[in-house]
Amino acid sequence: METLWFWIVSVMVAIYAVMDGFDFGAGILHPIVARTDAERRQVLGAIGPLWDGNEVWLLAGAGCLFLAFPKVLAAGFSGFYLALFMVVWTLIMRGIAIEFRSHLADGMWRGLWDFAFTAASVLLPVLLGAALGNVVRGVPVDASGYFNIPLFTDFGTDNPVGILDWYTVLMGVFVLVTIANHGALFLAWKTDGPVHERARRMALPLSVLTAVLGGLGTIATARVNPDIFAHLPAAPLAWISLGVFLLGLCLVFWGQLRGRHLLAFLGSAAFILGLLAATAACVFPVMLKSTLDPAWSLTAHNSATSPHGLRAGLKWWLLGFPLAVTYFVILFRLHRGKVKATADGEGY
Amino acid sequence: MSDPLFWHRLQFGFTAAYHYLFPQLTMGLALFIVLFKVLANRTGDERYQDAARFWIRIFGINFAVGVVTGIPMEFQFGTNWAQFTQRAGGVIGQTLAMEGMFAFFLESSFLGLLLWGEERFGRRIHDLAAWALFVGAWLSGYFIITTNAFMQHPVGHRVAPDGTFQIASLLTFLANPWALAEYAHTMIATVVTASFVVAAVGAFYTLRDAHREQARIFLRTGVIVGLAASILVAFPTGDQQGKMVARHHPPALAAMEGRWSSGTWAELNFIGQPDVPNRRLDNPIRMPGLLSYIAYGSFDSNVKGLSEYPPDQWPPNIELLYYSFHIMAGLGTLFIALMSLALFFLWRDRLMRARWLLWILMLAFPFPYIATAAGWMTTELGRQPWLVYGLLRTRDGASPLVHSGDTVFTSLGFAGIFVVLGFLFLFLVLREVAHGPVSHTPAATDPRR
Repeated sequence: METLWFWIVSVMVAIYAVMDGFDFGAGILHPIVARTDAERRQVLGAIGPLWDGNEVWLLAGAGCLFLAFPKVLAAGFSGFYLALFMVVWTLIMRGIAIEFRSHLADGMWRGLWDFAFTAASVLLPVLLGAALGNVVRGVPVDASGYFNIPLFTDFGTDNPVGILDWYTVLMGVFVLVTIANHGALFLAWKTDGPVHERARRMALPLSVLTAVLGGLGTIATARVNPDIFAHLPAAPLAWISLGVFLLGLCLVFWGQLRGRHLLAFLGSAAFILGLLAATAACVFPVMLKSTLDPAWSLTAHNSATSPHGLRAGLKWWLLGFPLAVTYFVILFRLHRGKVKATADGEGY
Repeated sequence: MSDPLFWHRLQFGFTAAYHYLFPQLTMGLALFIVLFKVLANRTGDERYQDAARFWIRIFGINFAVGVVTGIPMEFQFGTNWAQFTQRAGGVIGQTLAMEGMFAFFLESSFLGLLLWGEERFGRRIHDLAAWALFVGAWLSGYFIITTNAFMQHPVGHRVAPDGTFQIASLLTFLANPWALAEYAHTMIATVVTASFVVAAVGAFYTLRDAHREQARIFLRTGVIVGLAASILVAFPTGDQQGKMVARHHPPALAAMEGRWSSGTWAELNFIGQPDVPNRRLDNPIRMPGLLSYIAYGSFDSNVKGLSEYPPDQWPPNIELLYYSFHIMAGLGTLFIALMSLALFFLWRDRLMRARWLLWILMLAFPFPYIATAAGWMTTELGRQPWLVYGLLRTRDGASPLVHSGDTVFTSLGFAGIFVVLGFLFLFLVLREVAHGPVSHTPAATDPRR
């Protein structure tokens, strides 16, 4: 039962990365691929109806972590105290920028929100990538089950560790480039005209960079936490995830070369899903690795609530998850087709 | 002041109170939007569609600020109240996760359709989106109230040997009698807020002689719904809530009323200043027997005073609790009076000309926000010194390794961000109000977009 909930939480976080990832990606590229106000509204029109729902995957995923592994949530959230508030503040800035921009047809007003939107969209993937790096590297969980980690120490990966070190910064940059690539492929699929052209031209170099950084990241991970790959032979889910990851990467390039942008975007989604699922499979059952003593690590087994609570939660989750997916299917169907740059003024 | 607990409480109280300025209007306004849509479809009167469109624009701005100020709330359980999360997460995590799965997905998926989808997808989808937002917002309220109700009156759980709380019966936890009373009271209070806002905008336009058709609709629906909600928020829902407090939190009731000694024919104090060190109430204006009646249903029942309980069971901030309760109850009474008067004038067809009354209605809209905040302060201060009543004290719930330097930093950050957000919100909403409801024109001719 704990294993199942470990995967429920992982899947929801991975869906969050894929879904909100293209919002962030669009935000990162926004000032480059969209030059005129109509083009910027085209980009915002592509993500505007979707971003809020995408963000809910984070909240719902955190809710599932709360219910199933309260100890992990308590230790992780209080341990990453300052970094998490930066995430929260940046999420506030991003949401407000998208929702408030269209209210005034004024250059200064819109310029301000364009800047806020881009800045937030760049910061969030870096922060979340660094968070992923911290989970892989481990944090100084002590015997009480809590930790308190500074934002940075000497940028090395040995104790005393900080949230930012060479490894987690590398992961932040890798995630930033991956997400930018994801956004470029999304925009190439969902838009037409000059925005489509620019997004399409940017996507290929970004894909190459993603693959290169992905390789570097894997080597770095092997150095920082060699245990991860020790699990690999015995974890069939990790092999499947790696397969999805590599297939996704192939589709990213193949789709682009054949001009099939939806396929390339789906490839990018598979790439991100596979990456996170493979990471989850390799670290399982550890959720927060202790850098002080492996016995103090928080795992799916020692942090879960009672089996009865997990079973009760599973019953309604099995109803809620298909419902959520249904909403998204309806939403994507209603907004199918390319978003055009128009001057009619309705929308974002 | 350098106690981290003080800053954790201040930060959570401040961010929660600020956040709730927005959802209360979202939830109440969702009902009005659905109401206008139903009226439009029933009567075929397009003016109701225009009314719905106008309020959807206000709703959109309000909703966005509600969403972004709500994100920190979810995070703060883990960041600031880690021990509470660790102990109670197995129980309250259920409702917090359900809120995401069943309410937030519904709301967020249909929000875009409600705000921008009418032209593109037609009226039926637009009506559906209005209903989806209404159901989502009111469901979300239920899950949060159930979470709060567990802290007030824990049921459906068991305490494991390691001290954590675990679900014993999910249904008992979800159908907490405290939650049912608190939910009814809270949701009707959101309708009070929304009806005062709708009526205030109607009064504003009438006084300026602008948008007369819409102003009449806003005033009429605002006053009729406002009176019904103002009565229901007091009886039976507020009354039930009070009886719950009397039965389960008697020290809180005594503190709310500034009552130190026990006795029958307990007085209800209308005005007075609690003097806590000397254990008395100064300058009381009171009605004997009324508190006994409200709390237990008969005038001669015994209502215990604080001296019956050891001071470590007392709510630590008696003064603020006392005033919060009295502000809420006093304003609630005034709301019934004001809306009754307005309905009388409406019935005699004199409301549109009674400028003095329109001025009052226009200026009255902040008061339901104050009453709501005071009501929540009554609930939360009355729960002290417990975080989960009888099970976990507030001081044992905070994050163990987060120090004041961290919490002051983030509290100041929130203060700054929320001030800016407040100005932006007011600016955009006042712009919409100044622009006013327009009879439906193709969007292309609308110069604002």
